[in-house]
Amino acid sequence: MSIHLHNIAKHFGNTQALEPINLDIHEGELVGLLGPSGSGKTTLLRIIAGLENADRTAQPGKILFGDRDVTNVHVRDRRIGFVFQHYALFRHMSVYDNVAFGLTVLSRKRRPSSGEIRARVFRLLEMVKLEHLANRYPAQLSGGQQQRVSLARALAVEPEVLLLDEPFGALDAKVRQELRRWLRHLHDELNFTSVFVTHDQEEALELSDRVVVMSNGRIEQVDTPDELYRTPKNRFVFEFLGDVNHLEGKVTNGVLTCGDAYWHVDLPDGHAELLLRPHEVRLTEQPTSESHLPVTITAISPVGAEVRVELEADWLAQPWLATVRHTDFEHLALRRGQRLFAHPRHWRRFPKAESKAAEQTRVA
Amino acid sequence: MSQLATWRTGSTRVLPGFGLSMGISVLFISLVLLLPITGLFGQLAGLSLAEYWAIITEGRVVASYMVTIGAAAVAAIINAIFGLLLAWVLVRYDFPGKRLLDALMDLPFALPTAVAGITLATLYASSGWMGGLLEPLGFQVAYTWVGIALAMAFTSIPFVVRTVQPVLEDLPAEVDEAAMSLGATDGVAFRRVILPHIWPALVTGTGLAFVRSLGEFGAIIFIAGNMPYETEITALMIFVKLQEYDYAGASAIASVVLFVSLALLLAINVWQGRFVRRLHGGKG
Ligand SMILES: Nc1ncnc2c1ncn2[C@@H]1O[C@H](COP(=O)(O)OP(=O)(O)OP(=O)(O)O)[C@@H](O)[C@H]1O
Ligand SMILES: [Mg+2]
Repeated sequence: MSIHLHNIAKHFGNTQALEPINLDIHEGELVGLLGPSGSGKTTLLRIIAGLENADRTAQPGKILFGDRDVTNVHVRDRRIGFVFQHYALFRHMSVYDNVAFGLTVLSRKRRPSSGEIRARVFRLLEMVKLEHLANRYPAQLSGGQQQRVSLARALAVEPEVLLLDEPFGALDAKVRQELRRWLRHLHDELNFTSVFVTHDQEEALELSDRVVVMSNGRIEQVDTPDELYRTPKNRFVFEFLGDVNHLEGKVTNGVLTCGDAYWHVDLPDGHAELLLRPHEVRLTEQPTSESHLPVTITAISPVGAEVRVELEADWLAQPWLATVRHTDFEHLALRRGQRLFAHPRHWRRFPKAESKAAEQTRVA
Repeated sequence: MSQLATWRTGSTRVLPGFGLSMGISVLFISLVLLLPITGLFGQLAGLSLAEYWAIITEGRVVASYMVTIGAAAVAAIINAIFGLLLAWVLVRYDFPGKRLLDALMDLPFALPTAVAGITLATLYASSGWMGGLLEPLGFQVAYTWVGIALAMAFTSIPFVVRTVQPVLEDLPAEVDEAAMSLGATDGVAFRRVILPHIWPALVTGTGLAFVRSLGEFGAIIFIAGNMPYETEITALMIFVKLQEYDYAGASAIASVVLFVSLALLLAINVWQGRFVRRLHGGKG
């Protein structure tokens, strides 16, 4: 079931949680809503679910599921499954009864026979690998198990749209990884449309077909993880999707200077702020004729596929982060306190935000 | 439960100060609760079993049991319904004056019961506001058991509200929303999700309200009319005996009230303990 949002806005009292938003989600897609805290992700998800009403303004918003206008349809009739961050299981019911709930509350005409309900519940419990715990109560389960029950419960009514609010937020890294893989698998198998909320960029990029990046109640960009990472539309998206190093200075005659550091860049004269990712920083023992950016190593973390090196210099407002391959790390014999030279391999500039930032600094 | 278990196995407790706090608690209970009760039984010592039995089964006294229990039961049911509603409104909705309503809930506790009794009596007497309204319609409240039940309901409603309120607050709105997202109607969500959650608190609160009503005196006597065999409550019978300087007789009737109340409280506690254990999955 595809989802179309037209002109959806939301105020809570005087605070605007969502600016008017348009969004199209295709049938069978797994979409991640990504953004910092307070950016309106939960609000948007709850509006899609029907747990919250969008503003009724002069041009009221519209929500379509496929061709069906569900703007004024109550949550119980929207045929959605909702998974809450804190599971929201029925504590006085066994795991079995929790999963069966959606089936047992169907009107008598539509309710399957009790044998059929039983079969369906156990099929779902098998799918979430919890059939041996059917008689337990939620309090007797681990967080990961509870979240799986809550997923099974949402899937029992065969929703066309599955909505998940930070489904793995409260779990430890390993369980989260496992559940993520398993949600992807389930999604591909059952082929419903899913929207999930997260503030973990790695989770969003790994799991989603497309990612919706939000900030301050606005949608900043909607793209595939690949496109998003490669061609961020603005500075916010670029900064939110990973570690960023800033290089700020004055350009004169194609040379950017900043304290005793300088660097040849192909930019017009004036103030410039350049952004680069940690893997775009190369470290050498000698400066080149192109660049002279002296730095000192302040921390080294050799964990993972690459070595993370923290760099400081008096011409830098904030320390830089560089990632180095293990072979280069050994070759350069890096150690704390060592003085080196940095060379940007690649950099980015976001003119609009930059000019604004420049104005602000000038005012200040 | 777990405390008893540690006691028996003699394993060391992590939480410090058990000896001191338990000692003070026992001392306090002894002074405030057990001593007066012992005094009561001291009074009873002067009675033979046959005399005791004769006093507590006297026709007028038995009639007062019926009136008291009947009215208290009606009051408890009324309180269960309206107390739940009030708690619900106070927890789930925001409205102007919510604070005030919340504070008003404690008024029956704070108000001297005699004040409540006199107020209710004047309000519902045939010349009072409510009485003047209801009597032409054929409803006599003052000086009937309806008035007794009303006074009981007034003095004991905080028990229901104040026991249900925190439990409702503890139930996240998400649980409600989960039920509705699964297709439950409001009624079904209430019956199958909310009610089971607050059930133990509701029963406890109603039970406490009932027990409180059994012993209420001040608020009731002004509105009850106190007709022998008709609108006399048990507490009044005790009072009458005391006025006749029949301390043993008063104690005998008081002991009946005491036993019934104690048995009820104990039953509620045992039942609730069992229920709560299931909710916490045998963990706590
Ligand atoms: N019920 C509410 N009443 C008032 N303001 C609200 C309410 N719910 C959300 N808000 C406000 O709306 C904005 C967006 O909130 P929302 O919960 O959608 O953020 P979020 O992106 O889900 O954040 P998080 O990652 O912390 O969960 C916030 O500024 C928040 O304070
Ligand atoms: Mg949120």
